[in-house]
Amino acid sequence: MREVNIGPASEFADPGRKIVAFENFEVGVFKVGGAFYAYLNHCPHMGGPACQGKIIPKVDEVIAPDRTSKGFEFSKTQLNVVCPWHGFEFDIRTGKHAGHSKARLRPMKVRVESGDVVLTVPDAREQPVAEAAEA
Amino acid sequence: MLERTPPQFREVQEITMQTDTRDILAHATRQAESFEDYFLVDIDAHVTETSFWPEILESIDNEVIRQMGQAIAGRPGSGNVALLNAQPGILYQHAYGRIPHQQALLEKVDNKSVHHFVELARRSMDALGLDYQVVFPTPMLTLGMHPQDDIEAAVGAAYNKWLVERILPQDERLKGMIYLPFNTPEACVEEVNKYAGNKSVIGYSVVSTRNKPVHHNSYMKLYATMEETGKPFSFHSGFNWNDPSFLQLNRFISMHALSFVHYSLIHMTNWIINGIPERFPKLKVLWIESGLAWIPYLMQRLDHEYQMRTCEAPMLKKLPSDYMRDMFYTSQPLEKTNLKLLQATMEAFNADTQLLYASDWPHWDFDAPSSITTIPFLSDQAKRNILGLNAARLFNLDVKRMRPKARDVLAARPGVS
Ligand code: FES
Repeated sequence: MREVNIGPASEFADPGRKIVAFENFEVGVFKVGGAFYAYLNHCPHMGGPACQGKIIPKVDEVIAPDRTSKGFEFSKTQLNVVCPWHGFEFDIRTGKHAGHSKARLRPMKVRVESGDVVLTVPDAREQPVAEAAEA
Repeated sequence: MLERTPPQFREVQEITMQTDTRDILAHATRQAESFEDYFLVDIDAHVTETSFWPEILESIDNEVIRQMGQAIAGRPGSGNVALLNAQPGILYQHAYGRIPHQQALLEKVDNKSVHHFVELARRSMDALGLDYQVVFPTPMLTLGMHPQDDIEAAVGAAYNKWLVERILPQDERLKGMIYLPFNTPEACVEEVNKYAGNKSVIGYSVVSTRNKPVHHNSYMKLYATMEETGKPFSFHSGFNWNDPSFLQLNRFISMHALSFVHYSLIHMTNWIINGIPERFPKLKVLWIESGLAWIPYLMQRLDHEYQMRTCEAPMLKKLPSDYMRDMFYTSQPLEKTNLKLLQATMEAFNADTQLLYASDWPHWDFDAPSSITTIPFLSDQAKRNILGLNAARLFNLDVKRMRPKARDVLAARPGVS
């Protein structure tokens, strides 16, 4: 493994992200609610570029106390990133699929040190992803 | 503190409608490095023909219908929907912007030496690792439900002319199955006769979203004509939210999951129970875009009832499932959430010899070739068959390498890894 300084934390919007590409893989680095999260840019569905998709709140359905549906609303707490290939949605804070927790993005170590974002990634020789896995 | 060394990385961007197809599919290209020596045929990819709708309206033979179409197209906002019965306001496939390539492919194309669509198709073929790709329309998939048969026939014929004269000649990797305006059987025969001798036209297709029984006597001349040409006949399924039963379904996911399969179930049932395979034993039939799970379902349902009610299907000389095993199927959208069920499904219809890979690119539920290469229980030979050799056999295609190396495709896109 190696550590890579990917630049000042102040460059990130909140919510925001940077996707950084290495030899044969990429990592999505996200900032949400002041905290940083990083994942391999490889969707557990078919290997798509999951971190390069739309960032959008989870959709919830409002159910009244009498259990009638009051329709949809956007979550105030959960922000997802959507894989642009087919729409799998992942909670940016956990990397888990919004409706199927066994499908998840592979987390990578990220920390802020002296104002810079530092990512721990596999060495060039290491192949971080095999062929597409299926969720 | 960790030094800010010269960057050991590059930044890549969010994927949007403007992203180059090769960048959207870069991960599929990387996957393609692992099956570089396979022969790859994609039986079902799509052109969004409405992006080029003025060209198709221009190709309508009947001068009055052409004028009708062009006049409607002159109305602000109607340029790409004139004469069509699709409902653009509720086309939800892109999951409300979550899947940009289904919304639109608005990438930059500098190569003006070929048609814009041909350049987009080449990018997808190169990125997915395909030697050949068969092109189908998109909004026209619902044309079978058009209230006016003469409009279906005119628009269908115009699309065929556009495809065969403007698109297919520009790249020998692109192949077509012509649109049959099935609500007018005589017009279908005319289209078959027009293009039967064209090498780029490798078959004929009916869009399944319609309410015309496929066993009706008025279609026998069409089946005989197609059988004589030796080229396969396909049913390409689709969805129709306006079907009375489906009006109960309140979400696109529900309607879409059922509708494609619904039309395949109905047409296959009529096809077999009325003995069409016995009447046209040499007509090769292919079922496109319903996934696979419906196949063993229908095999079991029909075999079960057939043995009790043989008197209602006297043309049959074997079980309905035996006829289904004689036919061909495309893989997409491949249901893969339960591999045991998938294995049993594939065994039920001899997928090794009867299944053909399809991508459905650029639609939202497309399958990359890795959808087949990653199936753990398939032999290497079965994967090769499904990904290309079965198609070569069915469509008489030369098994020759037509695509660039995946490594070269990746190297030409320095913006992505
Ligand atoms: S590869 Fe990500 S949703 Fe399919």
